Amino acid sequence: MIVRLFNALGGAFLAFLQYLGEVVLLAADTFRSIFTHKFRWKLFFNQIVEIGLLSQVVVVITGGFTGAVFSAQTFFQFNKLGMGSATGAVVSVAICRELGPVLTALMVAGRVGAAMSAEIGTMKVTEQIDALRALAVYPTDYLVVPRALAMMISMPLLVAECIAVGIAAGYFIAIFLLEINGTYYMANMVRWTRNRDIIMGLSKAFCFGILIVFISCHKGLTAREGAVGVGRATTEAVVNSSLAVLICNFFLTMLLNIIYPAGYQ
Amino acid sequence: MIAVHGLVKRIGTQDILRGVDLDVARGETLAIIGRSGGGKSVLLKHLVGLMKPNAGEIWIEGQNIIPMNERQLAMIRPKIGILFQGAALFDSMTVEENIAFPLREAGERDPKVLREKVHQMLEVMELQGEEKKMPVNLSGGMKKRVGLARAIVRRPSCILYDEPTSGLDPVVSDSINRLIRRLQQRFGVTSIAVTHDMKNAFHVADRVAYLHEGRVYFHGTPRELEKTNDAIIQDFLLGRSEEQRASGEKL
Ligand SMILES: Nc1ncnc2c1ncn2[C@@H]1O[C@H](COP(=O)(O)OP(=O)(O)OP(=O)(O)O)[C@@H](O)[C@H]1O
Ligand SMILES: [Mg+2]
Repeated sequence: MIVRLFNALGGAFLAFLQYLGEVVLLAADTFRSIFTHKFRWKLFFNQIVEIGLLSQVVVVITGGFTGAVFSAQTFFQFNKLGMGSATGAVVSVAICRELGPVLTALMVAGRVGAAMSAEIGTMKVTEQIDALRALAVYPTDYLVVPRALAMMISMPLLVAECIAVGIAAGYFIAIFLLEINGTYYMANMVRWTRNRDIIMGLSKAFCFGILIVFISCHKGLTAREGAVGVGRATTEAVVNSSLAVLICNFFLTMLLNIIYPAGYQ
Repeated sequence: MIAVHGLVKRIGTQDILRGVDLDVARGETLAIIGRSGGGKSVLLKHLVGLMKPNAGEIWIEGQNIIPMNERQLAMIRPKIGILFQGAALFDSMTVEENIAFPLREAGERDPKVLREKVHQMLEVMELQGEEKKMPVNLSGGMKKRVGLARAIVRRPSCILYDEPTSGLDPVVSDSINRLIRRLQQRFGVTSIAVTHDMKNAFHVADRVAYLHEGRVYFHGTPRELEKTNDAIIQDFLLGRSEEQRASGEKL
C-alpha cells in the first residue's frame, strides 16, 4: 500500500522532471539555432504581428480596467486613514512590479500560447512536421525560433503598454471620479516610482515570454492523436504556462527584489 | 543507392517490421506492394529518417542514416523526395507556395524563376489555374498531385511515392504513371513506389517487393511475380479474400 503510494508519487515526479528537461532542451536547441542558422525574417515579422500587434486590444483593456479598479480600491481604504493622495504611488508601483507583467502574461498565455500550441499541434498530427523534416527543414528553426524571438521582443513592449495604460487609467479615475488632488497624486506617484520598478516589470515580462513560448511550442510539438490530442495540448499549454508564470513570478520577485529593492531609499 | 538491412520496428507491443531487407540500385524503380496495414508507409518513413528503427541499417548513397541526428539528416534529405500517403500539404500556404517551398528552402529567391518552375509543375500535374487555392479546398486527388509536385520540384535523385495514384481517376493515374517512368528514363531517378494499383506496379516497376508480416516475402521482376504460384501472392494479385477462398473450396 505505502510502497504503491511512493511508486505513484515517484513516477509522477520523474514524469515532471522529464517534462521539464524536454522544455529546457527545446529552449537550448532554439537558442543554439538562433545563433547558428539562417534566420527567417518573414516568419519572424508574421509572428510579431500575431503576438505583438494583435494582442494590443486585450492588453489595453486588461491594463486599463485593472488600473482603474485598483486605484479605486486603494483609495477607498487609504482615504479612511486620510492618505488618499498616496493612491498614485501604490497603484503605479504595484502595476509596474506585479500587476502589469503578471496579468499581461496570463492574457498572452491564453491568446498566443493557445494559438501556438494549436497551430503546431495540428501540423504535428497532420504529418506537416514530418513533411517539413522530409524537406530538410529543421522544425525548431522554422517554427520555434521565429516565435521565441517575436515573443521575447513583444512581451516587454506589451507589458510596458499595459503599465502605461493602467497608470493612466488609475490617474483618471482618481482625478475625475474619486476627486483626489491631481498634483499631490502625481507628485506622490513620481516620488515613489523608480526606474528600477519599471526595469523589474520589463525583466519579468521577458522571462514570462520565454516561459510561455517554450511551454506552448513544446506542447504543440508533442501533440498526438488527432483533434482530441490537439485540444488537450492546447489546454495544457495554457494551464501550464499560466501556472509557470504565477509560480516563477514569486521567485522572480524575491530574486529581483535583492537587485532592485522596493521603496524609497 | 538505397540498401536496407534487417530493419525492425516495434511500436508499443506491435511488431510492424520484423527484419526487412531491400536493395535498390541507382536508376531503378521498385514497387512495394502488400496488404493494408502491412507497414509500407512506416517503411518509407524510415528511409528518410522520419522514424528510428529498433534494429537494422539503412544505407543511402553509401551512408548509414540510422546514427544520424536531424541536422545531419538535413544534408541527406534534399537528395530524396517523398510523397506522403495523405499528401501532408502545408495548410497555411497556397498550392503555389507549397510547391515553391522546397525551392525557397534551397535558397532560390528570384520570384520569376520560382513562378516559372511552379507553373511547369502545375502543367505536368494538370493543375493549371489552381495555384491560388488553399489545400483545404482541394479534392483528394488534387492534394495528391500537389504533394507529388512538391516532392519532385527540387529534382531529387531519389523519389519515394506513397500510393501516387490512389484516389485518382484512370486518366490522371495513367499520366502520373507515365511521369514516374519519364523521371526514371530521362533523369535517371531512383524510385520506390508503394502502391495498391497493380497496373501501376506492373507498368512502372523494374522490380516488385511484396511486404508480408513485416518481411519482404517476395522480391523479383513483375514477370516473375505474375508467374509465381505461391498461394499468398496469388490471393493478393487476384484480390481473393479468405472468405471467398473458403466458399470457393466448398463449391
Ligand atoms: N505512429 C504510429 N503509432 C502507432 N502505430 C502505428 C504508427 N504508424 C503506423 N502504425 C501501425 O503500423 C501498421 C502499419 O501501418 P502503415 O501505415 O505502414 O500501413 P500501410 O502498409 O501503409 O497500409 P496502407 O496500405 O493501408 O497505407 C499499422 O498497424 C498501424 O496501425
Ligand atoms: Mg500506407
